[in-house]
Amino acid sequence: MIGRLQLKFWLVTLGVIHLAIVGAGFFAPYDPAEQDRENPYSPPMKIRLVDEHGRIHLRPFFYATRPSERSFGRVEEDPDKMGQMYFFVSGPSYRLLGFIPARLHLFGAEGSRFHLLGTDGFGRDLFSRILYGGQVSLLAGLLGAACTLLVGGLIGTTAGFYGGWRDVVFMRSAELFLALPWLYLLFALRAFLPLTVRPLEAFLLVVMVLGTVGWARPARLVRGVVLGAKERDFVRAARGFGASDGYLLARHILPETSGVLLTQAAILVPQFVLAEMTLSFLGLGVPEPAPSWGNLLAALQEYSVLVSYWWMYLPAFASIPFFVGYLGVANALHVDRMTGKIDSERR
Amino acid sequence: MRQEGAASLRRWFGICFLSACALFLLGITSSAQQSNPAPELLSVPGEAGQRGGRLVLALRAEPKTLNPLTAADAPSREVIGAMQADLIHINRATQLTEPALAKSWKVSPDGLQYTLTLRRGLRFSDGQPLDSDDVLFTIRLYLDESVHATQRDLLIVGGKPITVKKIDASTLVFQLAKPYGAGERLFDGLTILPRHLLEKPYLDGKLPQSGTLSTPANQWAGAGPFRLKEYIPGQKLTLERNPYYWKSDTKGNTLPYLDEIVFLFVPSAEAQVLRFQSGDTDMISRLGAENFSVLSRQQRGYAMTDAGPGLEYNFLFFNLNELGEKASPEMARKSKWFHETKFRQAVSYAIDREAIVRLIYLGHGAPLWGPVTPGNPRWVNSSIPRPARSLEHARSLLKDAGFSWTRGAGAEEELVDSGGKSVEFSVLTSSSNNDRTKMATLIQDDLKQLGMRVQVVPLEFRSLIDRVTQTKEYDSCLLGIASFDADPNSDLNVWLSSGGQHLWNPSQAHPTTPWEGEIDKLMEQQLATPSHEQRKKLYDRVQEILAENQPMVFLASPDILAGAKNAVGNFHPAVLEPYVLWNAEQLFLRNGHDSSR
Repeated sequence: MIGRLQLKFWLVTLGVIHLAIVGAGFFAPYDPAEQDRENPYSPPMKIRLVDEHGRIHLRPFFYATRPSERSFGRVEEDPDKMGQMYFFVSGPSYRLLGFIPARLHLFGAEGSRFHLLGTDGFGRDLFSRILYGGQVSLLAGLLGAACTLLVGGLIGTTAGFYGGWRDVVFMRSAELFLALPWLYLLFALRAFLPLTVRPLEAFLLVVMVLGTVGWARPARLVRGVVLGAKERDFVRAARGFGASDGYLLARHILPETSGVLLTQAAILVPQFVLAEMTLSFLGLGVPEPAPSWGNLLAALQEYSVLVSYWWMYLPAFASIPFFVGYLGVANALHVDRMTGKIDSERR
Repeated sequence: MRQEGAASLRRWFGICFLSACALFLLGITSSAQQSNPAPELLSVPGEAGQRGGRLVLALRAEPKTLNPLTAADAPSREVIGAMQADLIHINRATQLTEPALAKSWKVSPDGLQYTLTLRRGLRFSDGQPLDSDDVLFTIRLYLDESVHATQRDLLIVGGKPITVKKIDASTLVFQLAKPYGAGERLFDGLTILPRHLLEKPYLDGKLPQSGTLSTPANQWAGAGPFRLKEYIPGQKLTLERNPYYWKSDTKGNTLPYLDEIVFLFVPSAEAQVLRFQSGDTDMISRLGAENFSVLSRQQRGYAMTDAGPGLEYNFLFFNLNELGEKASPEMARKSKWFHETKFRQAVSYAIDREAIVRLIYLGHGAPLWGPVTPGNPRWVNSSIPRPARSLEHARSLLKDAGFSWTRGAGAEEELVDSGGKSVEFSVLTSSSNNDRTKMATLIQDDLKQLGMRVQVVPLEFRSLIDRVTQTKEYDSCLLGIASFDADPNSDLNVWLSSGGQHLWNPSQAHPTTPWEGEIDKLMEQQLATPSHEQRKKLYDRVQEILAENQPMVFLASPDILAGAKNAVGNFHPAVLEPYVLWNAEQLFLRNGHDSSR
């Protein structure tokens, strides 16, 4: 029962995060590529209700920034330039889920641009970029995990169920794939792609290849489960009644693997998100101006950014609840599977 | 009383003896001077400093060689610059020529003959004398094709190599086939090499093995202010003071002041900033604007200097090569846009140069509309138009050229050519150059506002150059060129249509367009014109043609940024290479600076 509760909690957490990412257009006040060249590296702005004279305002407001007169290269709040915050406003157009055109945003500002988490070197809104960046990273995670599980599941089932030479060939090649230096493989792959490939297409291709190469681990796990299931009494019985291979697989054996596959999925999604972040950080993933969690962090490679603009670290923190959520789900699924088994055996 | 007398007598004798000794010693030194004359020192203006101390600075990479014949990389040139000397030198601060190993020179009225007189009593850093035989030998090496000297091109004037005649031990006559516009600037960079060390390896065909980093310190010499002391692979290179150097300060003290210069090998710009901040190095140069502003903000015991715009010009250029028969229809279509002058002009109008200077150089740079930067006041054509960014103007130019706009599949506006195809192309940048990659991101956004879809492709530098000059498979490219001299001749290879660095369409047999032909003519004309005014007029026209036809869309030029500890005296960064070490002999450390680390 505790496992169920845990699972529900983590699923809700993940649901909220995914909603924010998928609905980035609604939650983000600005277009992620829109440059505000007057305000590069502007720090996060404070939402205020009380102004500098101590008056209380009912509508939240903020002060715009200006270059500081006291210290070179810094900005400070400009009390003469006040901006008002409004909720559910019409702003830059976007496409919800990629196809529904919309203009409605959760919040927006009037009088000046409002940057909740500050801006990057081109004056692009960091909050919007983190939300939109999550879309690419999440897509990489889901797509990569799906590819891996599909290929790994197929190969593992074949190897486990049929055995013999198929088992030997598949499992030996699985060991080979585990030993591949995937980072160098990607460097090579990226160099071969022609220049005219659209950045996003090139990226998706890389993710799919990455997913296909990663089939070895789930294949070995699935094979183990299939090997065990094959020898179960009810499977033998079904075979004795003349059930075909296809029937056996679909009715008795594959359902046995579902637990392993689900747990694997919950582990693999964050793994591929991390892979995307690594690649983009190294400049091999999503190119500018499209944001992703990895290329948002790439700015930190510069020493000057590292020591001067603390808010550029924020994309790293944004990804933490995401990872924790997925690993929580994986853990809960695992616990659930174990307790589930014990319960059913008691019965 | 007697005792006192005896004592005074003894003292008197003592004084007599001492003065006799002194006279005798004087006699010896004066006779030595007659047999080997004292060097004619060149007195240089500047703050008189104090002797001693060790200056530490960082190099981005290890120098590949110490031999000027084969040095092509920046670290090698930087180190060699402190070890070698040339006949006539370009002062990096004034950008004018001044005497060096040659104390004076005369030019014949037809501009074909240069008579150079060497300084008296010159010696290499190993104490061996330097005379006109060394100069003859050096020129012979430079001109020998089998040596592959980088300086060979400089010595070919009017299609023929320069000839040298020795008049006596200190006088030489250089004969040119055609008058050379830049005149005696020709001699800058022609470092004079030691014949006594190189003649045997040269005749044995072992020249490539001499003057490398593995050469023992006593087997290598130059006429520069410093000489090799020690090289520890992967760690550092130490130079020590050359006691035979030929310059003095205003007080008559022989230069250089420093005992040692240590080059540490620190591979990344970030690490160099950290080493300078922690006090490991005394000077820092080749700084990016971001790091410069970090260092300026936290100044402690050091001062940062902005020497103004350098000679580096950054530009965007399009693939204007003639397509072969194998070219895909897509390439042919793009090539048609790029060949349209109005298309290139529209791109130029749409680019926000001020934003590049503000966001990427943080104000430490200058916007450009031509290849000559404000850092080169003698040659810049200040009358070429510097239009402000105007999207309206860009749109009207594109409309004139047959382009139009549609609302594409997205809500965004799209530029389409006369055939209805959307305008979409890629920009190559060097992935190792952060500034240029950022520039490309700004330009991408600028051009998006014209409806052009631009993809930025950062490539490793070598494969980028390969694409631009060899396979020619690219749409456009963002690059920068840093001229080594302020004179237009240093960029001859870029502007001549036959040049290998004529990037948009390199190494043409005949100029493809009339304006490229005109540039060729003007550049060759200025090459043979002696008067600066005349040459300036010709080069001004070249700049006008470039601005009009926009084969390169000029963007911006970064300032030369450097810094040094307050203890370093005579620190005056220049906009010409080597930015901080050009006056290495005059650098000194003020009292109280702890040089023993």
